[in-house]
Amino acid sequence: MTKATAKSPWVVHVNCNSCNGCDIEFLACLTPMYDAERFGVVHIGSPKHADIMVVTGSVNHRNARVLRNLYEQMPGPKVVVAMGICPATGGIFADCYNVLGGVDKVIPVDVYVPGCPPRPEAMLDGILEGAAILAQKQQNTPTVKPVMKLKIVKPAPAPAPAEAPAAAGATGEQAVAK
Amino acid sequence: MENMMKWLNDPVVRSVLALILAPVLGGIIMGLDRKITARMQGRMGPPLMQPFYDIIKLMGKEPFVLHRPQILYTMLHLVFMMITVVMLVTGQDLLMVLLIHAFSSIALVLGGMSVRSPYSWIGSQRKIMQILAYEPILILLILGIRLRDGSFLGSAVLESQEPLIYSMPLLFLAFVCVLAIEFGKSPFDVSSSHHAHQEIVRGVYQEYAGPFYCLTEIAHFYELALGFGLVMAFWHTNILCGFLLETVVFLFLLVVDNAFSRLTTGWMVRYMWTVPLSLALANLIWLWR
Repeated sequence: MTKATAKSPWVVHVNCNSCNGCDIEFLACLTPMYDAERFGVVHIGSPKHADIMVVTGSVNHRNARVLRNLYEQMPGPKVVVAMGICPATGGIFADCYNVLGGVDKVIPVDVYVPGCPPRPEAMLDGILEGAAILAQKQQNTPTVKPVMKLKIVKPAPAPAPAEAPAAAGATGEQAVAK
Repeated sequence: MENMMKWLNDPVVRSVLALILAPVLGGIIMGLDRKITARMQGRMGPPLMQPFYDIIKLMGKEPFVLHRPQILYTMLHLVFMMITVVMLVTGQDLLMVLLIHAFSSIALVLGGMSVRSPYSWIGSQRKIMQILAYEPILILLILGIRLRDGSFLGSAVLESQEPLIYSMPLLFLAFVCVLAIEFGKSPFDVSSSHHAHQEIVRGVYQEYAGPFYCLTEIAHFYELALGFGLVMAFWHTNILCGFLLETVVFLFLLVVDNAFSRLTTGWMVRYMWTVPLSLALANLIWLWR
């Protein structure tokens, strides 16, 4: 199972207000030139299927909550790869008033891949390093599960109906009345 | 040798063998699919055993559900798919096989619909459209078998001396379209596509995680094996010809998959209910005695 885990890292890509440089380079990893799929890497859409979370961009106060939510939706064992210099330190945006300065302020990071943007080769290296850490984590989790304990994730509460529809309705009525 | 043949004819032995071999075959077909697709796109592609690595890995993940009925739906999806395989290899009533197979897909849709996630809902609705598109063709296929052999039983097909493809070539073409839908091949991959993992077409699987996602993957392996088993059944008298037919269909589906882009659900239903349906009906006319 450890071997299989190392050979099948499924990656979910989270963009935390990145400038898209790293994102484009990350997508280049999937092209025939670099072909991440030969290592079993699948670019997956749902964090619930993913093993590795690739984060690009400097995290700010607004999307830190989203990032943490996505991280908590991933079933363990899981690994976070900080792709580029922004998720490592904040990069050139480090001094901005809204930037937290690194993914590790929000969630635990396992691999840092510096660069602005990193070369696709470096990105592949980072993901494979993450896969090795993933396998190690898999090994360290107890394999014997006497009772299959289920982790039931409650969905986030539905957003409370804002004042807007009521207001719109009221104005609509007024309009009708007029 | 004779003793072994007798042993193989025992329905229990057959069922157990089919249940063990079908996911292995399905996994290898999927591995080949991924490898050949990658080669067609000029990539190296994952190793042949990649689907098995994936499911072993998923087994070891944290069990993670939104609510308990979701587990039930996942289990139902797999169990009904297994029952379909068993009923087919023991030569049961084909109409019943069709219904149970449909229920297996419905269980997946119910699982997708049971959670409060828009992606999962849209994915499930697309899956329903898919089921809607291919079920009439399958019913006509079974009707064709009834008209030819005078029986709905699967064993009647295997007992007849003439291969099915001689008497129903047009139905076979329609069936290839159905296979393309079931295997998630372009231009019919509106739901459960093999390759677009990050798009809405995988929406129906969105909310399954860890070991439960693994169960749906195993069910898909069974489905793959089932589809190719049915292709084999079209030329059951000669195993070599059956295998050749299967290879041709497989490669054809892969070429079409890589050459075409995905089209809309509406297009798929319109296409399936015109071209393959008329092919199937035309085939039924000359089977009518």
